[in-house]
Amino acid sequence: MSSQDIPEENLPVAQADGADLEKHGENPFADPGLPPHEHRIQDIDERAAKRSERTVAFLFTLSMLATIGFIASYVAFPVDKSIYVWPIGHISALNFALGMTLGIALFCIGAGAVHWARTLMSDEEIADERHEISAPPEVKAKVLADFKQGAKESAMGRRKLIRNTMFGALTLVPLSGVVLLRDLGPLPEDKLRHTLWAKGKLLVNQNTNEPLRPADVAVGSLTFAKPEGLEEHDHDFQTQIAKAALMIVRLEPDDIKDKQELEWSHEGIVAYSKICTHVGCPISLYEQQTHHVLCPCHQSTFDLTDGARVIFGPAGHALPQLRIGVNEEGYLQALGDFEEPVGPAFWERG
Amino acid sequence: MSTTTSSTDNKRKAPAGERVADWADGRLGIYSLAKANMRKIFPDHWSFMLGEICLYSFIIIILTGVYLTLFFHPSMNEVEYHGSYVPLQGQLMSEAFNSTMHISFDVRGGLLIRQIHHWAALIFVAAMLVHMMRVFFTGAFRKPREVNWLFGFLLLVLGMFTGFTGYSLPDDLLSGTGVRFMQGAVLSVPIVGTYLSMFLFGGEFPGGDFVARFYSVHILLLPGIMLGLVVAHLILVFYHKHTQFAGPGKTNKNVVGMPLLPVYMAKAGGFFFLVFGVIAAISALASINPIWALGPYRPDQVSTGAQPDWYMGFSEGLIRVMPGWEINAWGHTLVLGVFIPLIIFPLVLVTIAVWPFIESWVTGDKREHHILDRPRNAPTRTAFGVAWLTWYFILLIGGGNDLWATHFHLSINSITWFVRIAFFVGPVIAFIITKRICLGLQRRDKDKVLHGRESGIIKRLPHGEFIEVHEPLSQEALHTLTAHEQHKPLELGPTVDENGVERKVKGTQKLKAKLSQGMYGEESQIPKPTADEYKEITSGHGHH
Amino acid sequence: MKKLSARRRHPLAAVVVLILALAATGGLYAAFAPADKAQAEETQQSLAIEEGKKLYSVGCASCHGTGGQGTTDGPSLVGVGSAAVDFQVGTGRMPAQQPGAQVPKKKNIYTQAEIDQLAAYVASLGAGPVTPTDKQVSPEGADIAKGGELFRTNCAQCHNFTGEGGALTKGKFAPSLEGVSPKHIYEAMQTGPQNMPSFPDTTMPEKQKKDIIAYLDAVNGEKTESPGGLKLGGLGPVSEGLFAWIFGLGALIAVAVWVAARTAKAKKS
Repeated sequence: MSSQDIPEENLPVAQADGADLEKHGENPFADPGLPPHEHRIQDIDERAAKRSERTVAFLFTLSMLATIGFIASYVAFPVDKSIYVWPIGHISALNFALGMTLGIALFCIGAGAVHWARTLMSDEEIADERHEISAPPEVKAKVLADFKQGAKESAMGRRKLIRNTMFGALTLVPLSGVVLLRDLGPLPEDKLRHTLWAKGKLLVNQNTNEPLRPADVAVGSLTFAKPEGLEEHDHDFQTQIAKAALMIVRLEPDDIKDKQELEWSHEGIVAYSKICTHVGCPISLYEQQTHHVLCPCHQSTFDLTDGARVIFGPAGHALPQLRIGVNEEGYLQALGDFEEPVGPAFWERG
Repeated sequence: MSTTTSSTDNKRKAPAGERVADWADGRLGIYSLAKANMRKIFPDHWSFMLGEICLYSFIIIILTGVYLTLFFHPSMNEVEYHGSYVPLQGQLMSEAFNSTMHISFDVRGGLLIRQIHHWAALIFVAAMLVHMMRVFFTGAFRKPREVNWLFGFLLLVLGMFTGFTGYSLPDDLLSGTGVRFMQGAVLSVPIVGTYLSMFLFGGEFPGGDFVARFYSVHILLLPGIMLGLVVAHLILVFYHKHTQFAGPGKTNKNVVGMPLLPVYMAKAGGFFFLVFGVIAAISALASINPIWALGPYRPDQVSTGAQPDWYMGFSEGLIRVMPGWEINAWGHTLVLGVFIPLIIFPLVLVTIAVWPFIESWVTGDKREHHILDRPRNAPTRTAFGVAWLTWYFILLIGGGNDLWATHFHLSINSITWFVRIAFFVGPVIAFIITKRICLGLQRRDKDKVLHGRESGIIKRLPHGEFIEVHEPLSQEALHTLTAHEQHKPLELGPTVDENGVERKVKGTQKLKAKLSQGMYGEESQIPKPTADEYKEITSGHGHH
Repeated sequence: MKKLSARRRHPLAAVVVLILALAATGGLYAAFAPADKAQAEETQQSLAIEEGKKLYSVGCASCHGTGGQGTTDGPSLVGVGSAAVDFQVGTGRMPAQQPGAQVPKKKNIYTQAEIDQLAAYVASLGAGPVTPTDKQVSPEGADIAKGGELFRTNCAQCHNFTGEGGALTKGKFAPSLEGVSPKHIYEAMQTGPQNMPSFPDTTMPEKQKKDIIAYLDAVNGEKTESPGGLKLGGLGPVSEGLFAWIFGLGALIAVAVWVAARTAKAKKS
């Protein structure tokens, strides 16, 4: 960074026009200086100036009227009144009236002020001198001397024990703040490894809140299920469904390519986690002819006939499958929890 | 009110305003402050007002935000909806969503303020990006303004995150999906990811804490920092005085324009009302984030077309086009498919932020610069800026790949592949093309200076040839077109000195020389016309 | 709203018209001619299957086989039911005109009477979902809010929050539901056309289908209010972002240009 890196003549300052000027006596590109001020029509014609004045006053008056309109709309329009405004459509009368009147009231103040400035205030350009930001050398010398004096008087440099212990104390004290953050949340432990699914839990249709039978699930249909016992009003419903949500489809058993998938299915009915293994969107864009499932968030695509293997997109591994069977009463039930964590991958997932 | 003879006489003569000012001066020293600033000069150019759009939309956001806090309940307790919007009657939702519904349908003007808040936020970040690129392309970031460049950059980054936290507060199905995405990204961080996620959400996702936590971050922490930075940014603008484009009478040592009082005050003050007025009108005409149509968040529900607000769109693009790499070893998972985009996300922004420092290192230029560059006169910088923007917009396309697919009847898979390739190729092509265009424009300027302006008048010479008459430029134009400086590329010099001893050249020096050659070498700028060239051409009339 | 929806689809419609013109030869041409003739004929309910079979052999048999058993060009129609025929032909998807990722909807070329005859014939090949009655699909008495919840669980992932449609893999798409008749929505849920999965009565009872139809009518129907103003396609943040850039920032920059522009000077005389 030091300036000796650069040959002085490479700096553009050395090529500035000043050099030309000296050599040739006259610079064809010389700065002619600020052009002379030209008058606007308002500067020389009082009638034009009056017109401008009236325009500005008109804008300010319009703003006043708009504000009155705003208050009137606030009082007049019920909050749920709908009107048809071409070409927008059916919209809230109140929102439209308030927004337009407020917009006009504000805009007219601004337009008035700017028109005033542009046409009636002086438009003569003025040049202001700049001053170098850096301090002159003598100021710098004074400051450095003062600093040295102060440092010397503090004896920071000489009494190293004080200095070092102070730095030590200052380094440690923020730790209290960091420690206080500990209770922001619990430790992960194995929370991400388990869901509500367990052996014998019935697969409950999310639409009807009734347990599903194999006969309910037709080939080509799509059904979403939750574990028996989990209700929308439960205080932890959101957290539980975020892991337990299930997507159920029936395939022709012959179409299933993956051996384990076939084993874990029941009569071609397969149950997969609805939570994408990428970053956890509820994946459920099931194409019943291709048997592909697409995630609407980031387009990871899984092949449901092949163990829900990833065939496109950013997901890193297949959707976890839930092993299902039928209980004595003929209802679909889980034969255990998912064997691997559902949802996005994480460091401890393994 | 008690009086003594002579001084009261004086005071009675002074008008009320002056007496108030005297009072304030005695305590705040306002006269000295006003002396330096009341007639401060600001140059006029539309592009200098982009920063004002940012400032004013920021103020509008704060004003409307305060109003919204009066009605919003940052709580995730589940309640049943019983407001006036029929299609959600009886649905379970968080209090956050419920209160946002209340603001939108039952508070008179609540919907308008919500829409102004959200539209202003989108415009705020957009204006910051455009303002930043204006500063970039004109070289306004050069000494002494590097620190202010960084302040502005930080404001952009903080603005994005303030926006993201705000977008998440209503706890609707769209924003909840966005939060889920963020949580998945946090989980991908090696070693500490799960811990971070648990601490951030107070346990497993979604838990019952994040709205309240995001709320304090959105309304207090981030805006507080931003307000401080905005003030510092403005103080520095005042302190450095504004930059200006080259022109007659404009030098590096002065600033030409209108005084703060009255012209600039009227224009800038008026512009605040204009910005507010435009945003209010937009909020009357166009709906934004209609949460009633989106519904309350549930982690097992989703809609297609799930996107973040536009300023997070490039991160969405990154994550959408990344291949699903995942490494499993020794009982651990490295989620590269998510973690790499998470790392590239800040790097995209940092890439543009570090340019001023690279440029100043390469040029070694330590002088103050107050005259702006025309973008064409800094071809490498301009090309770099355009390449960066291209990169950014390619990622935005990736972030909206599903809508591109449906609206242009394309395959989503092809678009993803296009973005994957364009991510690497696009910026390079943009760089090369932009540089060519800049050099072409430089040549044209040079021609204009040396041969004059094409007048459009066709003249037929006696022997039948048609020529176009070129008019010489005015002195003002001649000066303006030649006022820019041109750096010479850095030469390392001979590596062996006159005594035959090999001189050691550090690797960084070699790199600097290479970059300098790239930025200022023959391929990268057209030497501007010299006085000699001009005189030679203008004295001999025969050829043009 | 139907008109509006037609206009929205306009570019697509133009393409279809073009292809129509190009492909107006052979079997497809044959499909039009008898249809026109058939319009003039008096149809009788008792002859529906007979008539349907005639229509079928002209318009459908080339792909689906003479007895509806299916060929390499089209699936078997045995057991698809009258609802499937009513949907596919009623929305103009069938007869299909060109190969592609997906058969799009287009102008329907059969009268409802002809569609009913076709449906009756196909239904006679094997039992399947039956065309719903007007009462079954009417949104009256339905629970709109429940319909919304069901829609977000079962439909929104492909068709968007309010049924604006969305992308599927490799150029396929879930179409917009704007302006689609309740009957066709009902039939689509029942039969699962093309790549859409079906939602049979066993997992989504009739009442719930009604709820969904009622919800769609409430949030994306002719009378639906968009309180905040322009809906911007109902597509979410992408269109909002575009609007903010073009009309928001665009308008503000235009204003800035005015504010900073030089005022006209008086002409020197």
